Amino acid sequence: MTGQGAAALRLSKVGKIYGGRRALADVSTTFEPGRIAAVLGPNGAGKSTLLAILSTLIAPSTGDVRWGDALLGRGSSLRARIGYVGHEPGIYGDLTAAENLTLFASLHGVSDPAGRAAALLSRVGLGDVARDAAARTFSRGMLQRLALARALAHDPALLLFDEPASALDPAGADWLSRELAAERDGGRVVVLVTHDLSAAAVADQLVILRRGRVVFDETRPGGFGAEAVRSSYEAKTREQTRDKPRESPRG
Amino acid sequence: MADAGGARPAGFLRQALRIAAKDLAIEWRSKEVLATMTFLAVVVVLIFSFAFVIEGTRPPAAVVSGIVWVALVVSGTVGLGRTFDRERDGEAIRSLLLTPAPRAAIYLGKLLATVALMALTEVVLTGLSGVLFAASLGDVIGRVALLLALGTVGFAAAGCIFSAALLRARGRDALLATLLYPIIVPIVIAGARGTSQLIDPISPDFDGARFWTQFLFALDVLFVTAGLWAFEPIVSGD
Repeated sequence: MTGQGAAALRLSKVGKIYGGRRALADVSTTFEPGRIAAVLGPNGAGKSTLLAILSTLIAPSTGDVRWGDALLGRGSSLRARIGYVGHEPGIYGDLTAAENLTLFASLHGVSDPAGRAAALLSRVGLGDVARDAAARTFSRGMLQRLALARALAHDPALLLFDEPASALDPAGADWLSRELAAERDGGRVVVLVTHDLSAAAVADQLVILRRGRVVFDETRPGGFGAEAVRSSYEAKTREQTRDKPRESPRG
Repeated sequence: MADAGGARPAGFLRQALRIAAKDLAIEWRSKEVLATMTFLAVVVVLIFSFAFVIEGTRPPAAVVSGIVWVALVVSGTVGLGRTFDRERDGEAIRSLLLTPAPRAAIYLGKLLATVALMALTEVVLTGLSGVLFAASLGDVIGRVALLLALGTVGFAAAGCIFSAALLRARGRDALLATLLYPIIVPIVIAGARGTSQLIDPISPDFDGARFWTQFLFALDVLFVTAGLWAFEPIVSGD
């Protein structure tokens, strides 16, 4: 391994074609550790496809993704260093929170899975939930906290978020923003895919996709702020309604 | 970054066992799949018993054997579908695929859990069939159990592949049966013929049963190997 704990993620001319339809084309950008990168774009822009490539679940049709000097491809062993939080919690509803975390920590080879689970539950504010409560009884906010704990179980160097604030109430969204900032300050590469412009306000890097292509990529250490995110997004997507129909139905 | 206590992926078999243990722990809590499978198996056997047991006469061994294997396949199909539904609920499968566990280990874990659940159903199924059809199981119970075990492994091996492939498909329950049944026909034929030859009260054919047992073993090797190899491209959804 090549020190992915502190390495940047570099995308070079990444493209993805599904059944003749282009979902991504020539996407080149760099996601640095210690920063939050927000990937924005309208429906069908290719955001979810990009995240699936970064998470190694699918392979790009063209181009490559490098993490440090290693290639990040489908099924790459580097996926052991990736944490993923989606809009679905990605946990087993019939297991308790601790059982879920213990399972995923053990599958990641964490030496003390139960201890790690207890520490993470406490960290995300679920330390006092009933020990025998099945996760399916949790509120949406609690499930998202559990999802973050699951993603952190193996101390990943790359954290991917796919619409993590969807269905969260304002308090939950605020909590998530603080957590994103904490993970950035911990030196991880944090990539956030979202429709929610306010959720992207915490980002230091803004990447806007439109019809599978990068139309905006700018970094402002210290964060963009809500107003800058909104104005950048509106400026870069305003022309969309005048454009011809998008080429891919994929998000 | 926080201390994860030195993450080092565990071995293949250990990962598979953890995934199987997870499925069984979920089932231990809910008992949903096992109850449904057992209920279906019992209903199938009861329906056939009403049709074939007339005034206390014992149906031919071939009929009893066929009933047992039909019940096994019907209940096993329902069990497969529900077990994989749990992976789809809340996108748990994505979390599983993002662990360093080899895809083949995930497949093996699902296979082991499915076999365990089917085996528990078969205990009830075999006992009930023995009582209702007065089948002569006493001397051949070990050989029948071996046939059932091999048939279960083959059925589950093929079933786990198709269940994974249909994870995100609409109408997957109907599709699972449609796709799976033609593939498992050789397993059912071998199992039913072998069982029939063993439980024949007049002239049990042990040599014939041995052939079908070996045939089932060969099918198991084929299906399990195919599953271990094919699970990765199937679940990648690429």
